[in-house]
Amino acid sequence: MRFLKQIAYFVGLPIALILLWWVLTIDSTNFFVPKPGQLAETFVEVWFSERFFVDVLPSISRLLTGLVLSIVLGILFGIIIGSVRILRQLSEPVLEFFRAIPPPVLVPLLMLIIGINDQMKVMVIIFGAIWPVLLNTVEGVRAVDEVLSDTCRVYRISGFARFRYFVLRSASPQIMTGVRQSISIALILMVISEMFASSSGLGFAIVQFQRTFAVPQMWSGILLLGLMGVSLSLIFQFTEKRVLRWYYGLREVDR
Amino acid sequence: MVLRLERGRPLTITQEGTAASHQVPALSVKDLKKVYQTPGGDVEAVRNLTFDLAPGEFVCLVGPSGAGKTTLLKCIAGLLAPTSGTVSVEGKVVTEPPKSLAVVFQEYGRSLFPWMSVRDNVELPLKNQGVDKAKRDQLVDEALEAVGLAHVPKSYPWQLSGGMQQRVAIARAIAYQPQVLLMDEPFAAVDAQTRADLEDLVRRVWKQLGITVLFVTHDIDESVYLGERVIVLSNSPTVVQEDLKIDLPAERDQLNTRSLPRFTELRGHVYEQIQRAKAASRPAASVTADNK
Ligand SMILES: Nc1ncnc2c1ncn2[C@@H]1O[C@H](COP(=O)(O)OP(=O)(O)OP(=O)(O)O)[C@@H](O)[C@H]1O
Ligand SMILES: [Mg+2]
Repeated sequence: MRFLKQIAYFVGLPIALILLWWVLTIDSTNFFVPKPGQLAETFVEVWFSERFFVDVLPSISRLLTGLVLSIVLGILFGIIIGSVRILRQLSEPVLEFFRAIPPPVLVPLLMLIIGINDQMKVMVIIFGAIWPVLLNTVEGVRAVDEVLSDTCRVYRISGFARFRYFVLRSASPQIMTGVRQSISIALILMVISEMFASSSGLGFAIVQFQRTFAVPQMWSGILLLGLMGVSLSLIFQFTEKRVLRWYYGLREVDR
Repeated sequence: MVLRLERGRPLTITQEGTAASHQVPALSVKDLKKVYQTPGGDVEAVRNLTFDLAPGEFVCLVGPSGAGKTTLLKCIAGLLAPTSGTVSVEGKVVTEPPKSLAVVFQEYGRSLFPWMSVRDNVELPLKNQGVDKAKRDQLVDEALEAVGLAHVPKSYPWQLSGGMQQRVAIARAIAYQPQVLLMDEPFAAVDAQTRADLEDLVRRVWKQLGITVLFVTHDIDESVYLGERVIVLSNSPTVVQEDLKIDLPAERDQLNTRSLPRFTELRGHVYEQIQRAKAASRPAASVTADNK
């Protein structure tokens, strides 16, 4: 029962909006404004075809590769930088600088250096999406509790075990905040990198539709991107709830 | 156990017993001095401390707030490097946390891992040491049983009351099977009833395991009730004000022991010493402050 209620809350407003959209566009003749029924039809037509293999799958695999690498590398470097004070002080201004560069400007540069291929797109994603994870991890590692740290020392929990049982878990709330930001950045960069220079992918397809005035198809691409974003966010929320159960419980009690 | 035999019949000590009285102290603090270097100038927390704990002794350390008790304990535990002087545990000079030593911290709530269940918290140090699973389970079960928490192994620490959390910290220390147990005002933040229970728990565990305990408190009653010996520290900068033997019966009981005339006498004595410590060290402290 509670589950059904949750689902009802989740889909309630979207359904209402779609109904409103349907009512407002019911006798519209504007070519640029899509109608819900028509869009759904186009959506199935366009994406449940060979385009699924040519455009959708490559996009998803670039996105996931870039995202996973950003998270893993971000956590790894974040822990190293966060644990060594000298490294932290040295790298702070440099990291701020790199973070301040808008990643899309790297597309032309990386095109020249790496060439027009998948690696370039993955690199663009990593270059944009790694910062939130990395900087939040540094912050989380730096903020570990002193008493817990002493506890580890007394019980001689050091080296890898210390990271596994203490540092990583202790920094996990901050890491998850970083991951949440990285997901949206990665999605944006996936599309942008494909718009610039590509012969496949969602970004490429959408630009192509737009250039050929295939407006309904273009809308269907935007819809697909939105749905991908929502799915990623749902997967994230599910994971976060499990990883941070202790954290939310603790906060609940502290209040 | 050995200790009680020695004390009961001091004149009939066997050759082995004589050797035992000359044996290496479980804990030895020699000319310990600790000065904190802070941006606002140096803070002399501990001036000069020297004392020994024989194996199996239960010693309480009392001193006013800010006397440097936590500082001393951290130096003993190898968490802080002394400015000068040495600490030895079982004859070995401490440079890093000794293997045979466990600490129950003052901030009990913060010393448990909030992402681990009670059981995992107690088990972690053993797992880290590579103790095999069967032995680990047995030690954890026994420790949780001893502190009366066998019924909540799956709970998280933050789901428990303050007194229960402190018992988890004690269980973790017991399961680790240390030779020397340091406790830093472990009951400062729990209610009176829980506190009495925990006091008896610590005495019971000490007797069962035959370990050496150094128990820090600023509660005079508690120190006399728990200890076989009470070391009174002066105000900061700290020296040993008095080292007092507590000649109360080994079997202690919240009601009877506390109403013994001898208990009142000892308590009065410790109280007086602390008052004197405060009065005596104040001028000295202000002199050092003027020097800066
Ligand atoms: N990290 C530190 N840096 C500088 N000074 C410190 C530090 N820790 C403690 N001190 C100072 O050293 C002195 C002794 O502190 P300590 O915490 O050891 O006292 P304590 O006896 O444990 O007090 P309490 O009973 O309140 O716990 C105090 O004057 C304190 O201000
Ligand atoms: Mg203290």
